[in-house]
Amino acid sequence: MMTLDTIAAISTAVGEGGIAVIRVSGPDAVTESAKLFRSKSNIVEAPSHTVHYGHIVDPDNGEVVEEILLTIMRGPRSFTAEDVVELSTHGGVIAVKRVLALLLRQGGVRIAEPGEFSKRAFLNGRIDLTQAEAVIDLIRSKSDRAFSVAMKQAEGALSRKVKVLRHQLVELLAHIEVNIDYPEHDVTEMTNQFIHEKSQHACMEIDRLLKTAEEGKILREGIVTAIVGRPNVGKSSLLNALVQENKAIVTDIPGTTRDVIEEYITLGGIPLRLLDTAGIRETMDVVERIGVERSRSALEQADLILFVLNANEPLHEDDRQLMEQLQGRPVIVLLNKSDLPSNLDPSELGHFFSEESIVKLSVLEEIGLDRLERVIRDMFFGGELESADLTYVSNVRHITLLHEARKSLTDAMEAIDIGIPIDIVQIDVRTAWEQLGEMIGDSVSESLIDQIFSQFCLGK
Amino acid sequence: MKYDAGQYDVIVIGAGHAGCESALAAARMGCETLLITINLDMVAFMPCNPSIGGPAKGHVVREVDALGGEMGRNIDKTFIQMRMLNTGKGPAVHALRAQADKFLYQHTMKKTIEETEHLTLRQGMVEELIVENGECVGVITKTGAEYRSKTVVLTTGTYLRGKIIMGELIYESGPNNQQPSVNLSANLKELGLKLVRFKTGTPPRVHKDTIDFDKTEIQPGDENPKFFSYETEYSDNEQLPCWLTYTSEETHRIINDNLHRAPMFSGAIEGTGPRYCPSIEDKIVRFADKPKHQIFLEPEGKHTSEYYVQGLSTSMPEDVQLNILRSIPGLERVEMMRTGYAIEYDAVVPTQLWPSLETKVVPNLFTAGQINGTSGYEEAAGQGIMAGINAARKAQGKEAVVIDRSQGYIGVLIDDLVTKGTSEPYRLLTSRAEYRLLLRHDNADLRLTPLGFEIGLVPEARHNKFLRKKQLVDQEIERLKSAKIRPEQDVLEMLTSIGSAPITNTVDALSLLRRPEVTYAHLEPFAPSPEALTDEMKEQVEIQIKYSGYIEKQLLQVERLKKMEKKRIPADIEYAEVHGLANEAKTNLAKIRPLSIGQASRIGGVTPADISILLVYLEHYNRVVAARGS
Repeated sequence: MMTLDTIAAISTAVGEGGIAVIRVSGPDAVTESAKLFRSKSNIVEAPSHTVHYGHIVDPDNGEVVEEILLTIMRGPRSFTAEDVVELSTHGGVIAVKRVLALLLRQGGVRIAEPGEFSKRAFLNGRIDLTQAEAVIDLIRSKSDRAFSVAMKQAEGALSRKVKVLRHQLVELLAHIEVNIDYPEHDVTEMTNQFIHEKSQHACMEIDRLLKTAEEGKILREGIVTAIVGRPNVGKSSLLNALVQENKAIVTDIPGTTRDVIEEYITLGGIPLRLLDTAGIRETMDVVERIGVERSRSALEQADLILFVLNANEPLHEDDRQLMEQLQGRPVIVLLNKSDLPSNLDPSELGHFFSEESIVKLSVLEEIGLDRLERVIRDMFFGGELESADLTYVSNVRHITLLHEARKSLTDAMEAIDIGIPIDIVQIDVRTAWEQLGEMIGDSVSESLIDQIFSQFCLGK
Repeated sequence: MKYDAGQYDVIVIGAGHAGCESALAAARMGCETLLITINLDMVAFMPCNPSIGGPAKGHVVREVDALGGEMGRNIDKTFIQMRMLNTGKGPAVHALRAQADKFLYQHTMKKTIEETEHLTLRQGMVEELIVENGECVGVITKTGAEYRSKTVVLTTGTYLRGKIIMGELIYESGPNNQQPSVNLSANLKELGLKLVRFKTGTPPRVHKDTIDFDKTEIQPGDENPKFFSYETEYSDNEQLPCWLTYTSEETHRIINDNLHRAPMFSGAIEGTGPRYCPSIEDKIVRFADKPKHQIFLEPEGKHTSEYYVQGLSTSMPEDVQLNILRSIPGLERVEMMRTGYAIEYDAVVPTQLWPSLETKVVPNLFTAGQINGTSGYEEAAGQGIMAGINAARKAQGKEAVVIDRSQGYIGVLIDDLVTKGTSEPYRLLTSRAEYRLLLRHDNADLRLTPLGFEIGLVPEARHNKFLRKKQLVDQEIERLKSAKIRPEQDVLEMLTSIGSAPITNTVDALSLLRRPEVTYAHLEPFAPSPEALTDEMKEQVEIQIKYSGYIEKQLLQVERLKKMEKKRIPADIEYAEVHGLANEAKTNLAKIRPLSIGQASRIGGVTPADISILLVYLEHYNRVVAARGS
C-alpha cells in the first residue's frame, strides 16, 4: 500500500531510558525532517542506513532546540517499508516533545495514530501473517488507552473550554449555512466583518488554551528546580528530605553535554525536577570543589530556584554574591535551621526578595515544607492548581490541533481581508471547528445540521 | 383473476419525480420499460410547492441534466419564474430556483414519457411484487395484471399507507386526495423490508382574486434568466412574480389559542416530520420569540387562479386554517381553495439499500425517492435517475454505477441515505457536502456528462458539444497564463475604477484574474481571446482561476477519499469474526455491509481504530484468499 501522508511519533517510552527517539515514516519523512535539521550532511541526498550528527533548529527564529543523531532508512528497507527517519534526542521529555511539535507544525507530517507504524509495516508486507492479530491487539489496546485518557480529559475543564469554543464556531457556521441554503429567508445576512470578529475572538481563546499547555507541561514534566546556596547551609539535607519524603522515582539521566543529574520529586502534587543534585551531594565529600561555581550552570536552566540560607548564621559574602545573581529570577529563599536562634538580619534580604518568597524552614524538624509548597503553587499556577485533575492542554496532539485550528482561523480572516466570498471563508472556519472537534472526539457533520435547525426557524 | 400482461426489462412503479427519471433513463438506455402509476393524471405532479431548485436542490437538477435526465429540460420549458439565488456569495453556492407552471410541468413530462421509445405508460395499482428464488421478477396489479421483468424500481412517494391529517380529521389517502397504496406496504414487510413512518405537510392554496397584493412586496424573476439544462439556450416564457407578506400578531394568537386542536401536539401524528420544514404551528411553538414569519404567495401556473401559500404548511383544522390565513396582511378577505394537511406514509429504512439503490434483501428490487426517506422533488429525481440507470444496467448484466461524494450532490445524498440512514425526511443542504467548492452549479456537466455519455444517456452530439466547451475552457486558461497585461494608462484606469491596486510591471492575465475584485470581463479588452467564448465558458474560466487555491486543496482531500473508496470490502466478510473490532462497530458494519473502506468509515459508531483493524484484517484475508487460490 502506498500511503500519501507522513506520520511521526515518539517511539520510546517516556521516562524510560536516557534517549528519546522520534520516528517519522512516509514519503516526506526525509524532506520534512530536513526542514528542521542543521548539519554538515545533506540528508535529502544521503544514502539509506546512514547516521548524521546535527541540530534541530526552529525555522521560525533560528533557535537551536536540540542536538540530535538522525538516522535515515529508506523504503522498502525499513520497519514500515516506507522512508523512515529516526531522530534520537537526549534532552529528556521536554526537548523531545518540542522537536516533535516543531516537526508537526511544518504541516507535512501528522501525528501517528495508535499502532500506526505497526499497521503500515503490516500493510506493506513487512510483518509476517501470524503477527496480524498482534498488530490488531496493539491498535486496540493503544487506542483504548488513548480513549481513557481522552475520556478523563473529556470530563475536565479543557474539554469544557473546547466545547464552548466549538459551540461559538458552530453557531457562526450555522448562520453562514442558513444564509447559503436559505437565501430568501429572513435571517440576517452574516457579514464578513462579524465572522472576522468571531474568528479573532476564537483565536484569542485558543491562545489562552495554548498558554495552559505551558502549565500542563510543568505538571507533567516538573518544574525545573535548582537548589543553590553556599556549602553547609543544608542543601543536601533539604534534597534528601524532599526525595525521601516523596519516595519519588529517581531517574538518572546523564546527559552527554551537560553532565547534570536530575531527580523527580513531587511536593504536594507539584512535580519538581531537581537539577544538579549530584553537585549538591558531592558537597558532602569534597567541599572545596563545589558551591557557587557549580550552582551557576544549574541556575541558568531553572524555572525555579530554591536559595538556601542558614538562618543561624549572619549573611556571608558568598551569599551576597549569589543574591546579586539571583536578581530577577524566580527565587524562593529558604531560611533553613529556623529551629535554631536566628542570627540573620532579615532587613538585608528585604532589599532583594519579597516577603512572600521567603520561607522559614527546618529540614531537621520538618517545619516549613507545607509553606514552601504553597509559595510554589502561587508562583506557577496563580494559586489555583487542581493537582490531580487533567484540565490542561497536555499532549502534543492537542497542542498541534490547537495550532492548526488557530491557523485555519487566521486563514479565514486573511481571506475575508482580501474579499473572498463567504462560502469559501466558511471552509476555513469549518476546518477550525473540525480540528477542535478532533481534540475531544466529537463527530462532525450531523451536529452542524442539528445546529442549523435548532438555531433558525425554517420552513415551507 | 390474474393474467399475463407482458414481459419487460425494467418496471417502474410510480410516476412522480423519481419514477419519471427512472423510467426515462432505463428506456433511453435501451431497456423495454413499463411505468405504472395509480392515476395517469398525476404523472410528475407537484403535490406541494410549485417550484424547483434552490441551493443543493438546484445543483441536483443540474446533475440530473448533466447525466441526461429530464427534470432540467422540463422545468426550462415550463417555468413561470426563474431566479439565480446567492449571487452575492461564491460561485459554489449560486443556485437556480424556478417557479413552475405546475400543470404545464406535468403535462410536458407526461408527453415526453409518452413519446419515448421503449417506454410504456400504464395506469394501475401495484399490490404485490413477484419474488421467485428470492429475487424480484415482476409485479401484480389490483386488476390482476401480472407483469414480468428483470428488475423493478419502486417509487411510491407518500402513497404507501398514506394518511391525511387535518385537525381532528384523519383519513387514508395519498397526496392531494389520491388513492393510497395499502396492500403493497404489507407485501414489502413480508419480503423482509423494514419500514418507518414519516410525515410531511403542505400549506393551503388560495384564490388570486381574493389577495390584496398592495399589502405585499413583489418578488420578480431575473431579467435575464439562466436555465437548468445545459441544452436550453433560449426561452420566451413570460415570468410571473411571487409576493411576500408576513404573519401577524393575530396569526400567532390564533395558532396559540388552537394548539389543543393541532394534531402535531395532540398526539394524532406518529410519523417523524422534518425539522427543516415545520408546520406554522410548530414554528410558532419552537420559536416563540420570533414576532413574525415570512409568507410567500406563489402562483401555481398561468391558467389557474390558485396561489400556494409558502411558509404556512399546517395540519390545523380547516376552520382554524381559514382564520390563520385571514389574519395575514393582504389575505384579509382571502378564499381558501384547498386546505393544507399533514400526510403520514411508510418509507423504507434506507440503510437496507446498496449504494446502487438496490435493496439488500430482495435482489433486482430498487427503491428511489420519498420511499427512501427523502423529501423534495429534486432529491427524488436524483435518486430516480440513479435507480433507473442501475436497474437498467442490472437488466443488461452490467455493473452498478455509483456517484461518489466528490462527484455530485447525488452522491452525497445517496451515500448519506444508505450509509447513515435518516431519522427524519432527508433534505439536501449544501452543508452536507464535504467538497462544496467542487460540487458547483456551474460545473455539473464537467463532473457528470462524461459518465452520462458512457452509460448511454447523453447522446453523442451533446457529448461532442460538451467536449468542445471543455477544450475551449482549458485552452483559455492556458492562454491566460502567458497573456501579458502591461501597466498602460487604460489598464491602470480600469484597475483604479474597481478599487484594485495598480500594477507596476507587465503581469500575466491569470495572476491578475486571481485578484478577488478582477473579473474576466475586466480583462477581456486587454487580452481578448481568439476564440468566440460563450458567457458560460468565460464564467468557467474565471471560477477555475480565481478559486484554484481552494479548489486544489479540496482536490487533495478528494484524492485521499478516493483511495479509501477504492479499497473494496469483499461481500462475504463476517464482521463478527473480525478479532478486535468494537462490538458496536461489528453490529453496524454487519448491518450496512459497506462496499468500501471509505463507506465503512462513514458508518456511525465505527471509529478510526476500527477502520485500522479492518484494514489489517482485509490484508490478512486477501493474503489467505490469494494463498488458497495458488
